[in-house]
Amino acid sequence: MLRRLWAHGPIRWSSLLLLLLLVLVVGAPWFGTLLPDAMDPANANLPMFTRALFNDLSGDSYEHLFLLGTDAMGRDLWSRMLYGGRISLTVGAVVALFSLLLGSLVGLVSGYFRRVDMLLMRCMDGLMAIPAMIFAISLVAIFGARLSTLLVAITIPEIPRVARLVRSVVLGVREEAYVEAAVALATPTLKILRRHILPNAIAPLIIQGTYICAAAILIESSLSFLGLGLSAEEATWGSIMAEGRSQFNQHPNVVLLPGVLLALTVLAVNMLGDGLRDRLDPKFNKRT
Amino acid sequence: MSVLALSRRSALGWMLTTLAAAVIGMPGIALAAGEDSSVLRMVPQADLKILDPVWTTATVTRDHGFMVYDTLFGMTDKGEIKPQMIDTYSHSADGKEWTFTLRSGLSFHDGAPVTSADVVASLKRWGSRASVGQLLLSATKSIDAVNDKTFKIELAKPFGFMLDALGNPNNPLFIMPKRIAETPGTTQITEVIGSGPYMFKKDEYSPGSKVVYLRNPKYQPRKEPASGTAGGKKVYLERVEWVMLPDAQTQANALVSNAVDLIERIPPEQYPAFKKDPNLVLDKQVGQGSIVMAFNHLTAPFNNPKIARAAMLAVNQQALMRAQFIAPEMYSVNPSIYANGTAYWSDRSAGFTGKPQFAEAKKLLKEAGYDGKPVVLMAPTDHSTHNKYPLVMAALLRQAGFNVDVQTMDWQTEIARRAKKDPVEQGGWNIFTTGFFAVDMMNPIVMAPLTGTGDKGWFGWPSSDKVEALKMSFIEEMDPAKKKQIATALQEEALSKALFVPLGEYVPYTAMRKNISGLIKAPVNVFWGLRKN
Amino acid sequence: MYIFVLRRILSTIPVLGIVALIVFMMLHLAPGDPAAIIVGDNGSLADIQRVRDQLGLNESLPMQFWHWLLRLLQGDLGRSIFIPQSVVSLIGQRIGPTFSLAGLTLVFTLLLAIPLGTIAAWKRNSWLDRGLMAASAAGFSVPAFVVGYLFIWLFGLRLQWFPVQGYIPPAQSLSGWLHGLVLPALTLAMVYIALIARVTRAAVSEALTEDYIRTARSKGIAEWRVLLRHALANAAVPIVTVVGIGVALLITGVVVTETVFAIPGLGRLTVDAVLSRDFPMIQGVTLFFSFVYVVVNLLVDLSYLLLDPRIRY
Repeated sequence: MLRRLWAHGPIRWSSLLLLLLLVLVVGAPWFGTLLPDAMDPANANLPMFTRALFNDLSGDSYEHLFLLGTDAMGRDLWSRMLYGGRISLTVGAVVALFSLLLGSLVGLVSGYFRRVDMLLMRCMDGLMAIPAMIFAISLVAIFGARLSTLLVAITIPEIPRVARLVRSVVLGVREEAYVEAAVALATPTLKILRRHILPNAIAPLIIQGTYICAAAILIESSLSFLGLGLSAEEATWGSIMAEGRSQFNQHPNVVLLPGVLLALTVLAVNMLGDGLRDRLDPKFNKRT
Repeated sequence: MSVLALSRRSALGWMLTTLAAAVIGMPGIALAAGEDSSVLRMVPQADLKILDPVWTTATVTRDHGFMVYDTLFGMTDKGEIKPQMIDTYSHSADGKEWTFTLRSGLSFHDGAPVTSADVVASLKRWGSRASVGQLLLSATKSIDAVNDKTFKIELAKPFGFMLDALGNPNNPLFIMPKRIAETPGTTQITEVIGSGPYMFKKDEYSPGSKVVYLRNPKYQPRKEPASGTAGGKKVYLERVEWVMLPDAQTQANALVSNAVDLIERIPPEQYPAFKKDPNLVLDKQVGQGSIVMAFNHLTAPFNNPKIARAAMLAVNQQALMRAQFIAPEMYSVNPSIYANGTAYWSDRSAGFTGKPQFAEAKKLLKEAGYDGKPVVLMAPTDHSTHNKYPLVMAALLRQAGFNVDVQTMDWQTEIARRAKKDPVEQGGWNIFTTGFFAVDMMNPIVMAPLTGTGDKGWFGWPSSDKVEALKMSFIEEMDPAKKKQIATALQEEALSKALFVPLGEYVPYTAMRKNISGLIKAPVNVFWGLRKN
Repeated sequence: MYIFVLRRILSTIPVLGIVALIVFMMLHLAPGDPAAIIVGDNGSLADIQRVRDQLGLNESLPMQFWHWLLRLLQGDLGRSIFIPQSVVSLIGQRIGPTFSLAGLTLVFTLLLAIPLGTIAAWKRNSWLDRGLMAASAAGFSVPAFVVGYLFIWLFGLRLQWFPVQGYIPPAQSLSGWLHGLVLPALTLAMVYIALIARVTRAAVSEALTEDYIRTARSKGIAEWRVLLRHALANAAVPIVTVVGIGVALLITGVVVTETVFAIPGLGRLTVDAVLSRDFPMIQGVTLFFSFVYVVVNLLVDLSYLLLDPRIRY
């Protein structure tokens, strides 16, 4: 199975890219970085590949090679991009995971218990009718720019889509004769879920998860752009770009470099999703 | 195949033609704004949401006020108070009875003449809200219109600050028609009728987007040359449009591409680019801005003055200002609470130098028994002249031995949250930074953070009977030398107890296209006298 | 059929009701105090309390919701806390720019995405297909503000082809209106083009495998006719569906794009309202956006009746 996936070009390349990114981001301290918030205002806006004496405000003083230069406050861009990736990737992964879990729960309940179906689906419709961005900026503005708020604000609008997906799978599977038989034989609900419904839902869920992950990373950066992102002490790709945009014409690298990294990441995640869909979704395979 | 290729090409061709038409056919439009020499398009420092200058003290509403209203007295760029709507005035020997006469030819935008009844009503409404106005009214026995042109203020006790109050550009007394000025100060006025050099165009007002002013053809400027908010307010433009552009880079793009003519206050990051651009001129219209750090003196740890002073000694003005303003030409350090170059500036600053004294700070912390409780520092992400100090300050405070929790929020949340007196656990705060114009920091009376009234005072709520007593004697004192002594004593008291901390000063540059001239030096931003060639 | 239409319309009511409730509850849990903001820098706590009273912020939550809902039913969304105008009139002022931007974006999208998607499907698995699909994936992946700033820098400042900001109403100058909207609409269209091109490609390539296509081809009908008349026509339903779903994406993009290009539309109104805690304003625009979303998807559902002769209700 895995080998079959690996043979698929886009899956292979996007997985490798994401892996490389993960190594860079997790191992940030070993790749020539400073602390992401170490600053020396006297070294602001250094060009790429500059070696300079860095007088950290906390009192230390050392020489450092600024691979990608510094931002307007004299912080190392390379370090901020690597450390910032931690948050962007966390946002993507956590949002995908939680919206899949919660959405699946709602979808299962809704598809399985017809009595609450109507109510739940109307709630989901209502939630879906509020544009995700509007919902997220309101929540973040209201509850403050903490990571937890951010995660909730981006997760909630993604739930209805997952719920609908799972519900449709459940409804489809329920019609199958062998499931009807299992229900008639009073097989425990959990067992039916595990045996018949989950296996059918898992592929579309994984695919949906990659798209949600990509969307979440983008929404986080848009929130930062609008000034509603995380604490300014916390570097994220979005916040680096948001801070850099006020001098985009003079120092475009502060916006473009994290932008490229972000775009590559989202691209890789999307490609992975496309590849998985090609390989995993039986309906799609049949069509081609 | 070939047919498809053809149809594809023609579709593509059609699209390209459309685009080309869009591109080539109308490039003039982009520059249209810059062409009409009677129209000035400018970016104000913030969006104009509230039109009532008595209801709010927002700077942009004050700027709006100076467009459409006139004032009894004005302040020159040297800080002297000069008559503006007033023709002559006199006071009794004991200083308790003041008589003022309006100059002739004054009229409101609706055509009605300005009478002393209008002035009295405006004065009372202003006095119900503005802090300087409240001080004046509390010293006043009566205000009466003697006739259409003359009114009289009778005082209960001496008030040496009379002309400074009536002519102060900080929280100005704008004259409105009596029927509008009779609106209670707690209700917003809905009609914008003044007697100032510009008229507000109500039907084109679109908050968040555009404000339009037309030249007031009936305005009669004074004969003296314009200086500050005093002198002849001559208008050479038919129309002034305020265009709201919230994003710094967008503002810069608009100015560079000639879509707007003037930016009231440049985004600091754009200074080097504007400076280099041969089509642009940078000018300093208003005096410098002062940045202030405030502590919450009601809750731990800053309810202990030693800890507040320790935090003050961690300040490194150079690093703070450099981080926020980048270009050295845009900022300066200043350990005095009074704006540099104003009358009460003093270097007697009770040991505060604006340079970090970490050893001393650590010693104070130890003496005070600081328990390592995290200090909540509020950081506004969306405020382009306040978003960087908190980060630098956090690093400095940590160096002095504080445990710091930087909490980011948007500026509006910060404004809401700083009104909370609760401990941090209940949504309170410990430190925030804010800014004032030099005109707000030129004497102890207009200086909002300089209060000693505890929880009745300005945000941070420091307690100091000495400050209040000194302020009272400052108001009553008429002799300039003694006033200066009192002001210096106030500074020493404020800094020795770290009631608040000056972080430095910046230059609020105004940027213009080269064809704009006539920007007047003033204590606040004013837009008469401008020409466009 | 009329019964279907009526039922479909009625079914939007509970959705909007739930939206209203969610929006109301969300905003009233906020820690920010609009009264403090109105009073401003030099105000005192007594001032703040007085303003709270005036705004009715001291009433109980259910009462505030009830009063708000009653007025809502009369078409009254309340008054902005900061701008002395009604929410409805403020939204009215901003509809023009936003709808212009969204409309032009849609035009660009359909003009570009459908041909691209069709070509990709037709040349499936060729380098052209791969290239187009990679490009569309890239369109998905770059944040709108980065695209916007790049366009401004290149087409606005360097080449000076288009204005870099602002909005000219069509009543003032039709050409100026179009000229000013080209860059923001292209920026906004990026994501949308990517989305629609992918769906078009999937739908058309699915249609191309159907028997009737083979029949049509065997009858010697020209390839472009096969593609346009048969394959694309059958792909219309999924494409229109995604256009409907994509409205949410469009609204997200509008918020960011209007900020970058300083277009005085609903997106910026929303951001300003959220930043200043203007409760009635936030409620108004969120409801309005949700309303638009619901209506567009209603229209999409109804359009199936026209697009697909097989669908009958």
